[in-house]
Amino acid sequence: MTSAAAKPSPPSGGRGLGEGGAQGAYAHDTGYNFAYLDESTKRMIRRAILKGVAIPGHQVPFGSREMPLPYGWGTGGIQVTASILGPSDVLKVIDQGADDTTNAVSIRAFFRRVAGVATTERTAEATVIQTRHRIPERQLTEGQILVYQVPMPEPLFRLEARVAETKRMHALADYGLMHVKLYEDIARHGHIATSYNYPVMVDGRYLMSPSPIPAFDNPKMDRMPALQLFGAGREKRIYAVPPYTAVRSLDFEDHPFRPIRAPHACALCGSRESYLDEVITDDRGGKIFVCSDTDYCTERQATKAAAE
Amino acid sequence: MYVATKGGEQAIGAAHAWLAETRRGDAALPELSVAQIEEQLGLAVDRVMAEGSCHDRGLAALAVKQAKGDLIEAAFLLRAYRTTLPRFGATAPLDTGAMRIRRRISATYKDLPGGQVLGPTFDYTHRLLDFSLTAAGLPPEAASQAEPDTAPTPRVTELLAREGLMQREQPSEAEPGDLTREPLRFPADRAVRLQALARGDEGFLLGLGYSTQRGYGNAHPFVGEIRVGDVAVCFTPPELGFEIELGDIGVTECQMVNQFKGSRTEPPQFTRGYGLVFGHGERKAMAMALVDRGLRAAELGEEADAPAQQQEFVLYHCDNVEATGFVEHLKLPHYVDFQSDLENVRTMRESAMKAAAE
Amino acid sequence: MSPLLSARGLELRFGRIAALDGVDLDIWPGEVVAIVGESGSGKTTLLRVLSGLAAPDAGSVIFDGQDVLGMNEAARRHLMRTQWGFVHQNPRDGLRMGVSAGGNIGERLMATGARHYGNIRAAAADWLRRVEIDPERLDALPRTFSGGMQQRLQIARTLVTHPRLVFMDEPTGGLDVSVQARLLDLIRALVAELGLSVLLVTHDIAAARLLAHRILVMRHGQVVEQGLTDRVLDDPQHPYTQLLVTSVLAA
Repeated sequence: MTSAAAKPSPPSGGRGLGEGGAQGAYAHDTGYNFAYLDESTKRMIRRAILKGVAIPGHQVPFGSREMPLPYGWGTGGIQVTASILGPSDVLKVIDQGADDTTNAVSIRAFFRRVAGVATTERTAEATVIQTRHRIPERQLTEGQILVYQVPMPEPLFRLEARVAETKRMHALADYGLMHVKLYEDIARHGHIATSYNYPVMVDGRYLMSPSPIPAFDNPKMDRMPALQLFGAGREKRIYAVPPYTAVRSLDFEDHPFRPIRAPHACALCGSRESYLDEVITDDRGGKIFVCSDTDYCTERQATKAAAE
Repeated sequence: MYVATKGGEQAIGAAHAWLAETRRGDAALPELSVAQIEEQLGLAVDRVMAEGSCHDRGLAALAVKQAKGDLIEAAFLLRAYRTTLPRFGATAPLDTGAMRIRRRISATYKDLPGGQVLGPTFDYTHRLLDFSLTAAGLPPEAASQAEPDTAPTPRVTELLAREGLMQREQPSEAEPGDLTREPLRFPADRAVRLQALARGDEGFLLGLGYSTQRGYGNAHPFVGEIRVGDVAVCFTPPELGFEIELGDIGVTECQMVNQFKGSRTEPPQFTRGYGLVFGHGERKAMAMALVDRGLRAAELGEEADAPAQQQEFVLYHCDNVEATGFVEHLKLPHYVDFQSDLENVRTMRESAMKAAAE
Repeated sequence: MSPLLSARGLELRFGRIAALDGVDLDIWPGEVVAIVGESGSGKTTLLRVLSGLAAPDAGSVIFDGQDVLGMNEAARRHLMRTQWGFVHQNPRDGLRMGVSAGGNIGERLMATGARHYGNIRAAAADWLRRVEIDPERLDALPRTFSGGMQQRLQIARTLVTHPRLVFMDEPTGGLDVSVQARLLDLIRALVAELGLSVLLVTHDIAAARLLAHRILVMRHGQVVEQGLTDRVLDDPQHPYTQLLVTSVLAA
């Protein structure tokens, strides 16, 4: 997917790590505390997480630390993961649904180094999954925690930039403005023109940003058996959706929420249910569609091959 | 058949190796030592300490070297390192009144107790490229220095305050907020605002400070005083129970004097804009003082509609480590969101075409 | 029957100036009450205190059995978007200028739980008709409307949820005289049709005569005279009222 660039010498291509199965635990770099953060910082973050779980969808401010990865690259998710990770956890990191995107690789390597935990590319094997922009296709279970990286936790920020004012709106559940925006979308475009980061109501009380996952993934959040945690490092907010909590995408009765997906089958595994990436294959308009969730796709291909 | 390309991990490794190679540059040239950076690129080191929010010249110089001279990247390195340091406690407030002064100027008085001390400044240099610096030579001769003045150097603003002409800041025993432990909350008090500004990006604050001079904020500032020098850092270890001096750090302090027309409860007087940064950073300290005063507009009952007077706008956007991260994160893949938008735009185009055809 | 809104002993001082000095007031269901007086007489302050936007130093405000001043902000905002309405002098203060006419009218419906786009749109179109704006303008932005149209749009946006009590702050101020007359006629018709209670603040005696059942005359934070509109305007007792009425006649 990525090579160092045009310079001929550095090798590119070739899969970095095993073939997707769990990698045994690594020796952690003892120059750092387990999972990088010191224990009192972890405790502070866990308190914020507990508060978030107690008030589903409510954004809890927390003392976000400067991490060795840049803000906007997953510092919130990394701090949440660092605070909940134990030595026996199995960690999966995805970005855009894939385990081998550069940032996912980099975050996985970070935790191998500072926590020495086992990592995996298989959704089913993971106990903690840190994600940017996707929810895995395979249904998650009660034993799993999904940690979202969140660039902008405030769902109202495009309508109201002042944080003090949006806090008041949340406190009073004053969400008419969000519906006005959806109304305007339909009046102008004939349908709600939000295709990702599509706002949701959590447990009928708090309006929440699901992070920039495609709207296609929104229904997976509803009554999910796994705990969902959201970390926004730069904006210094944590929020949560406890297992089996109702998460509803905003809509109108006569313009119901519709998850969008490219109307094609995956060119590799043939799936017509999964979310697809469009891949340009040549400069004459040629393109194919493939699963964005690489683990899901690999598994289906293996099943198909075994059946043949 | 199409096969998705893989290999993020190897590519990252190779990219890092290449980065290290370009950092070193031409191997035929001698390598720059951290000590050389600390000594000869001192202002870069100072800026990295200020924006990196960590006073350690050696580490800052190392960060400058590691970042190939990218000072925001260097500040980021220092900040990430700072996260891992244990905290033993808080020092006593710095007493800049007792500063060992290297430079001290006032624009409001021609002469004053303690005198005007120019110090090592670019101010009156002609900005002509000095080609003699291209050749290695002997070190310059030592500058002639006046006898150090042992008389105390009172702060200019204190002279005004004694006359009742300068608003005094209300001393407070309350624990000041700590941005590195607690997220910003609004309205932010002055201690927190100053903390954010002290860590803030020099360029951003310079632009904002400048805007208050150009009518976006209606400021009428005078440099009451700029002082640069070393101050002692004092700390009371709980196990000792008395104060000890940990050492000296270099800082730059700027106090801007601004007019204030008075309000229902306060008579007309001057008010203060305050700037304090690690190392020698006059531009930053001055910009900080201008913006600090701008942010006080609302509490002083002045109109507060210019950008430099908006707390949320200034404080949320002045941190260059946060800003860099979020701007540069646009380089990360966004295939998934883009794909959603692609389908969305295709749908909208279809219905628009259909409507146009009808 | 009991009053819909009832205020007793309202006091509010700004430094040495008494903005409200012992004001009592009742508004009955279906009644239109005008508060008249020059600028600085305290009438706008009274409106802000009655609607819970400002707290008095002393006194009470009861709406339909609820203590308005003791209410928390959530309850007050709920009241403001259900049973109350507020029409501002400047339509820009009461409208979202970047949102279509339909969205402006629909906002209160959506804030109170309406979730059927077609019904919201139909209600918005109906209300445009009722305030004499072409329903074809449903998707147009308010900034493309004339001042009079903007004010009528604000009224539609406010009345769409059938509030019981509407506060109006100089609703015809800043409009041309001919436009004012049309707007006053419209307000009068809607108020009668919906059976609204209205608290109207105005310095325009003619507007008060046309709309109000009852008039309160304010000066220096006090109600100096009150009574039925015709009685107060045709037979003013207080010298200040006499001055107000004659200055209108002179103008």
